[in-house]
Amino acid sequence: MKLALAALVWRRPWLRSLLLLSPPFAWFVAFYLAALVALFVSAFWQVDGFTGEIQENWTFDNFRAVFGDEVYRRIGLRTIGIAAAVTLTDVLLAFPFAYFMAQFAGPKLRAALMTAVMLPLWSSYLARVYAWRLILAHDGALNWLLTEIGLPTLSVGYSNWAMWIVFSYLWLPFMILPVYAGLERIPQSLLEASSDLGAGAWRTLRKVILPLALPGIAAGSISCFSLTLGDYVTPMLVGGPGSDFIGNVVYVNVGVSNNVPFAAAFATLPLVVIAIYLLIARKLGAFEAM
Amino acid sequence: MAGPQTRRLTATLLGSWVVLVLGFLFIPIIIILTYAFDTSTIQGWPIAGFTTHWFVDTWADEEVREAFLLSTEVALAATLLAVLLGSLAAFAVYRFAFFGKEVFSFLLILPIALPGIITGMALNSYFVFWGIDLSIWTIIIGHATFCIVIVYNNVIARLRRLPSSWVEASQDLGAGAFTTFRRITLPMIATSVGAGALLAFALSFDEVIVSTFTAGAQTTLPLWIFGAIRLGQKLPEVNVVVFGVIAITLVPVILAQKLIGDAGRLHK
Repeated sequence: MKLALAALVWRRPWLRSLLLLSPPFAWFVAFYLAALVALFVSAFWQVDGFTGEIQENWTFDNFRAVFGDEVYRRIGLRTIGIAAAVTLTDVLLAFPFAYFMAQFAGPKLRAALMTAVMLPLWSSYLARVYAWRLILAHDGALNWLLTEIGLPTLSVGYSNWAMWIVFSYLWLPFMILPVYAGLERIPQSLLEASSDLGAGAWRTLRKVILPLALPGIAAGSISCFSLTLGDYVTPMLVGGPGSDFIGNVVYVNVGVSNNVPFAAAFATLPLVVIAIYLLIARKLGAFEAM
Repeated sequence: MAGPQTRRLTATLLGSWVVLVLGFLFIPIIIILTYAFDTSTIQGWPIAGFTTHWFVDTWADEEVREAFLLSTEVALAATLLAVLLGSLAAFAVYRFAFFGKEVFSFLLILPIALPGIITGMALNSYFVFWGIDLSIWTIIIGHATFCIVIVYNNVIARLRRLPSSWVEASQDLGAGAFTTFRRITLPMIATSVGAGALLAFALSFDEVIVSTFTAGAQTTLPLWIFGAIRLGQKLPEVNVVVFGVIAITLVPVILAQKLIGDAGRLHK
């Protein structure tokens, strides 16, 4: 019987693939995809202001509220603006680092650097945000250092600057790894060919290395951009008053005021931005580089 | 390429950059680990003095112990589910061409490609919609959903490097599909499954964004930290718990890297 069953499955590859595929597929459809669809649909619903119950009548009111209100527009722009700034910062920080790893470091050093990037990537997110909250605080390590070297103290803590620093810090490893993976694949012969043809180091960088590194950079930027866009913990812990992100509005509307339809409508904004971003990144070959 | 002198100069400049970036990456972690030993309850720098008594106090705190236990249970359950579903998905995508394969693999990365808050609130409103009370199970479902892709990524990366000639040789020698799987494929991918499991555990143990939306009255360790920081309560204990969380997430990661060895990087 068992043998017959095995033979049946073995003769029909589609049956095997179905057997392998259905548990994870069912999980994703039942919990994840359905939840996403429900979220999207609920953005068109309303909450009864009196009872707090969700009413299933279709309306664009939530979207009108999100895009029409100056406050929410500002929050949306702040979130996207800081996410873009963080992504750019991380590209600038990561590229020379990854380039050194790929082109100059020996195998031992390379492995050591790889571990050194991996450890912060996997170490506690909350712990690292908290660390910066303390470092940037008025009597924190940053001001201590500035005083020690005779400079005036700064009040960076609880501001948009703080968020920019902390986000750049948090997602930097996510940029270094794919950029390195992209640079590592560039064959030495290509660089030699470029220099044989008379291109200087700068020109080789611009004309050969950067275009080939682009998919890796795009892959890293998806992580940096998307992770910043959806965050609300960092703005809460290191941002000041008036540094709310889309995530904070969503958080308050789900957790405190229980207005899920409005939160859902606002959450579609990062969703759409990310979708556009993913499409562009796909064109740049980011998915192969991930 | 350019002359050896230019190359040396470039190496020095880039090398200094690497040192600076490493400082940027590690100094905050070293600082936060140091705070766990601070005698003062005011969190200034440098720390006022050295003590280990907060470790004792923190462990004596019933709330912290319960949160620790809950986080461990959630991480174990989510990891188990992720290993099962993630490995199955990796095999299916690797072995067979099927309709919608691209869509399926895209679906798998969605929970980490999309902002965590979207996953969180999507699950939250979904549970509310079905009238499912938020509990340890809803936390586990949320965690498993984004952990699956961790196992999937690590297993499929290994499968793709596995020479198909080995499987063919086994079949030529008369082994059936199950024997080949048990004797050839499984031993070859075992370490990548292990690494995926360790990473999934680390990720789940530390997760806060999705958990906020899928936890009801339950408090996982990161949720406890988040709450305490916001209220400004028990900060010396927070320092100790943060110390513990870093240690607990790093051990699996280091082990995972040992398991993967030189064969490749960890896939998040």
